[in-house]
Amino acid sequence: MSTSSEPTSHSPVRRTLKAKPFSRADRMFFGVARSASYFSVILIALILVFLFIRATPAFQSQGIGFIFGSNWNTSNPHHIVMQIGPMIWGSLLISVLGIILGVPMALSTAYFIEFMAGKTMARVATLVVDLLAAMPSVVIGLWGLVVFTPVASHWAELLHKALGFIPIFANTSGNFSASPFIAGWIVAVMIVPIITSISREIFSQMDRELINASLALGGSRSSTFFKVVLPTASGGVVGGVLLGLGRALGETVAIYFVLNLIFKVNWFNIIENQGGSVASMILSKFGEASDAEISGLMAAGLVLFVVTLVVNWIAAYIVNKAQPWRKL
Amino acid sequence: MSTRITGTSHLKSENVNVWFGERHVLKDVNITFPANQVTALIGPSGCGKSTFLRTLNRMHELIPGAGFAGKILLDGTDIYDPQMDPVNVRLNIGMVFQKPNPFPTMSIKDNVLSGLRLSGRKTDDASGLLESSLRRASIWNEVKDRLGDAALSLSGGQQQRLCIARALAMNPEVLLMDEPCSALDPGSTRRIEETIVELSESMTIVIVTHNMQQAQRVADETAFFLAEDGNPGGVVEFGNTEDVFNRPVDGRTNDYVNGHFG
Repeated sequence: MSTSSEPTSHSPVRRTLKAKPFSRADRMFFGVARSASYFSVILIALILVFLFIRATPAFQSQGIGFIFGSNWNTSNPHHIVMQIGPMIWGSLLISVLGIILGVPMALSTAYFIEFMAGKTMARVATLVVDLLAAMPSVVIGLWGLVVFTPVASHWAELLHKALGFIPIFANTSGNFSASPFIAGWIVAVMIVPIITSISREIFSQMDRELINASLALGGSRSSTFFKVVLPTASGGVVGGVLLGLGRALGETVAIYFVLNLIFKVNWFNIIENQGGSVASMILSKFGEASDAEISGLMAAGLVLFVVTLVVNWIAAYIVNKAQPWRKL
Repeated sequence: MSTRITGTSHLKSENVNVWFGERHVLKDVNITFPANQVTALIGPSGCGKSTFLRTLNRMHELIPGAGFAGKILLDGTDIYDPQMDPVNVRLNIGMVFQKPNPFPTMSIKDNVLSGLRLSGRKTDDASGLLESSLRRASIWNEVKDRLGDAALSLSGGQQQRLCIARALAMNPEVLLMDEPCSALDPGSTRRIEETIVELSESMTIVIVTHNMQQAQRVADETAFFLAEDGNPGGVVEFGNTEDVFNRPVDGRTNDYVNGHFG
């Protein structure tokens, strides 16, 4: 055996190593995984191309007013006006309301299931929350219209009586139904399950020694939750909230039932009987739409997609900014 | 704010029994921890020494199905009295865990002062408390120029000393340490042992350790725990460390400290 320290006269021939699959089964596995991912990317791209092509006529005829204007009049086929500003704003307003109402509910439920409930109770609570997630949105919409609207209108009226001097609780119509407030509650009901289940998962993976450390330092259960559990879990929790937000922005049928869609921007009068939602507006107009209108609805869909994307980006950016320790 | 238990610390367990669900894991533990001394709890795995440590600041009760009988007296007051807020108990009896567990979302400084925030207390001199706590934990010189850095940027041994500083900032009368060096290298272990000896001048320390040299190096008193053949664990021998290791009374203690089992 020669010693390895002998000088070599030739330089070594370098070859690039690749972890390629070797066996037939591995090659098939790689092939399936690769085609599936290509397929989904291509599908999304095709949808976007289709939307864009169909939306172009509307963008061309309406210009920037399509997004910022507040008028929708298609009665004169020679002069169609399609402007969805109030719908875009309405979608955002409802989503924000849904988040404000839904996130505390979801976090409380997740905390209860993970840290307070006994085994049986935790299982039952998890089951109920999952059932809520499985509820078809049309059912929630019907419930929202028939059962919840009378109740929530009453709440809104009480809010108006007690706090009506604050502009957001102003109401001049005297009609408290079909408001963004009610739509926000409906959205909250729909996003609670997903935020709960993701938060619960994050809580369950938390290092229990951090919680013990906090309690051993004289922390109460609540201060431990707000100052240790929540900050440590915030990345995952916000991820869950973002998924919920995506659902909130795109929610269609349920809101169609409970919201009065009006082409006039309702900036923040949340208990007023008028609001907007891009997705619900598309649903409401689609049935009797002419070709030109269809183009407008496609354009509205594209705008909704972009808005959702931008909101997600902004949220992700804020999350990163707020968690410097995650860069470690 | 509720009242703190005052006076020089004197910790004592009386007939402490512990259960996990149906399992009786500790039986009739009677130990008097002398003030301002270090007491080591030694024994083989599963003998209940860590469990016993956790009864001393009511951390044991956080485990579902935990059961307890007996008394833990701090200056004559039973910390298991139904009127006693466990938060007050833990403010007086601090704890350092086996694995360094600084709060990952907080800076070095915020970790040290976290007990104040968590318990809703205020101090007039936060920077003074910060410095004195870090000095007492012998880590001030290493971190004084980077107090705003993330706690997780420290090495394992530094993190553990940060956790000690965090506990000291609450100015407890008693400090419980659950195998504080088992996850650390020998250099860090030595520094923490020196810190323990220094701290014992001003507080009562109870330390669980698997390392018998460590017990001999740091502890004034030593309690040997043993659980035999499915019976609940208990104290076999308790006394001056020197005596327990060199002149054990019980044959089982002799076997254990001389490495014949465990």
